[in-house]
Amino acid sequence: MIQISHLSKKYKNNEEYSVVDLDLKIAEGEIFGLLGPNGAGKTTLISMLSSLIKPTSGSFSINGLTFQKNANQLKRSIGIVPQEYALYPTLTAYENLHYLGSMYGLKGKQLKEKIHSHLEILGLKKFYNKKVDTFSGGMKRRVNLIASILHGPKVLFLDEPTVGVDVQSKNVIMEHLKKLNAQGTTIIYTSHHLNEAEQFCSKVAIIDHGRIIIEGAPKDLISKYPESRNLEDVFLTLTGKALRDHA
Amino acid sequence: MHKLWASIYKELLLLFRDIGGLAILFVMPLVLVVTITMIQDSTFRSINDNKIPILWVDNDKGEVSKSIYDGLAASKSFTIIDKKSDSEAKELVFKGKYQLAIVIPPNLSSGLEKKVNLNVEGLLSKFGLEEEKPRSEKEDPEKKEVILYFDPATQMTFKNSIKNGIDKMIFKIETQTIYKAFQAQITDDETEAIFDTESFITFKEISPSTGENEIIPNSVQHNVPAWTLFAIFFIIVPLSINMVKEKSQGTFVRLRTNPVSYLIVLGGKTVVYLAVCLIQFGLMLGIGVYLLPTLGLPSLEVSGKIPLLFLVAIFAGLAAIGLGLLLGTVARTQEQSAPFGATFVVILAALGGVWVPVFIMPKFMQALSNLSPMNWGLNAFYDVFLRNVGILDVIPELALLFLFFVITTAISIAYNERKNAV
Repeated sequence: MIQISHLSKKYKNNEEYSVVDLDLKIAEGEIFGLLGPNGAGKTTLISMLSSLIKPTSGSFSINGLTFQKNANQLKRSIGIVPQEYALYPTLTAYENLHYLGSMYGLKGKQLKEKIHSHLEILGLKKFYNKKVDTFSGGMKRRVNLIASILHGPKVLFLDEPTVGVDVQSKNVIMEHLKKLNAQGTTIIYTSHHLNEAEQFCSKVAIIDHGRIIIEGAPKDLISKYPESRNLEDVFLTLTGKALRDHA
Repeated sequence: MHKLWASIYKELLLLFRDIGGLAILFVMPLVLVVTITMIQDSTFRSINDNKIPILWVDNDKGEVSKSIYDGLAASKSFTIIDKKSDSEAKELVFKGKYQLAIVIPPNLSSGLEKKVNLNVEGLLSKFGLEEEKPRSEKEDPEKKEVILYFDPATQMTFKNSIKNGIDKMIFKIETQTIYKAFQAQITDDETEAIFDTESFITFKEISPSTGENEIIPNSVQHNVPAWTLFAIFFIIVPLSINMVKEKSQGTFVRLRTNPVSYLIVLGGKTVVYLAVCLIQFGLMLGIGVYLLPTLGLPSLEVSGKIPLLFLVAIFAGLAAIGLGLLLGTVARTQEQSAPFGATFVVILAALGGVWVPVFIMPKFMQALSNLSPMNWGLNAFYDVFLRNVGILDVIPELALLFLFFVITTAISIAYNERKNAV
């Protein structure tokens, strides 16, 4: 279980908080969607949960572990699929995965088998020996995902995992994530694809201006707003139609 | 340990995948050493094959001008070109066609002879050996000036060496003229040798030796260590770029979420880039021993010193890598790391005495030089290459280089921890 208590983040040069006094509980085995317009605080929240940035105040624990007390144990139990590809472009898919898997302490036959198994499931087996910089966006996304799940994390954070990928790649990625969830992995993901989130998530939270404005199962949220046909309508009702450009 | 091996393997792969970069990493330092050594070789040679053409205007046509001319010709450093007119020589030099013109004033020989005779006669009269006339009755010859025109672009060191050389020649001629004047006063027999006019004091340079072989400093012994060290320190540029690339590719962010310490990440880089430094160093030695002699340069003398030289190279490499790790940790973009790294190495080299010897620097710069790791490395290399010392004598420099590596690496880790603390 992920338990977040009064979590806030204010960046040095920003006047406003990116995440404000946020409380949230995510149950084990959940597929939890963090939805929100640009600059709402989704990536900041995921970055704090994955140890990339330090909260300004508040605390959180993942399966009872905290970064302050159990950093390495916690890192081994989570996986992070970052928004950018986060791969070495001049290394092959296999070399990337072998190195990144080694950083989780995996080695030898076990590591090789895991790499080949995931590559096969995600349709990349015949490309294992090709350099990543020759891959399409969809292929890179899939390698990016494998790099984060090789060690079998209990909790998986995904920051917009299907951005810029073709429909086929997206389908393979989502199917694989569902399988992982079925095997007991808790998934927390952010996305701008609200239809995808509606289909995929067991629970979602809509965040705006660093605060959770609503939380619940997609169906429950839609039924809460009778004029809404889908999650996107709920989203626009709650966050408004004004553009959210920021630099 | 497994994570460290994996990091080393990954760094090796990254290096080998950039064949162009790898070639530049190894080839450019070699080109640098060969080029600099060839350029600087002439300053170390006693007999210079590349004579400097200079202009000669002789308005004296006497013994003194002949002695100066012969002295210049004997140095074998110059091709002397006669010119009739002072103004023509001046114009050619000031336009940069020639670096130097020497103009001998009219009646220099006769004037000098007259002046010396006057002094000698005055001196002898004091001893009652000559008819005494009041000095005021004797006419003092007019003072003479040998005019030197230098191309304004000529370096100060060249100017000074020419001035010193001519000054020495004139002093010698004056001394010999005095001896001759005394001889003429004392005896009428010109063949009688009363004075030995040869120099009594001469110089002999003793260099350190290895066994029976004396180590004679030459351009190769000086330049190969200096520029090899320079090349070793240049490793900070590709190393810091490697680290900044990891940040821009996002792989560094991923590593931060992995259960791996920053020390392991840096350890992988350290091992691989140290290997690069040592291969570079081996190639430099090979160039010095085998290639440079084929280009007409002296051979690099390394017999019996190779283990100690590699030991120095390891510590110099570690110091350079420590600096590269720090730069790579702090810099955010390649635009920050590459120009800063390259310029900083040049500054360290200048401070370290690669271009200008430390002993001729101003006091303040000498003090600063003591803080440059390139100074420690260069001293250690010179200790081994030229001063023929043993391992105990280079331990202080090696300790400083290692300390520098430890401190820079520790700062990198501390900076990273502080910046990314959770």
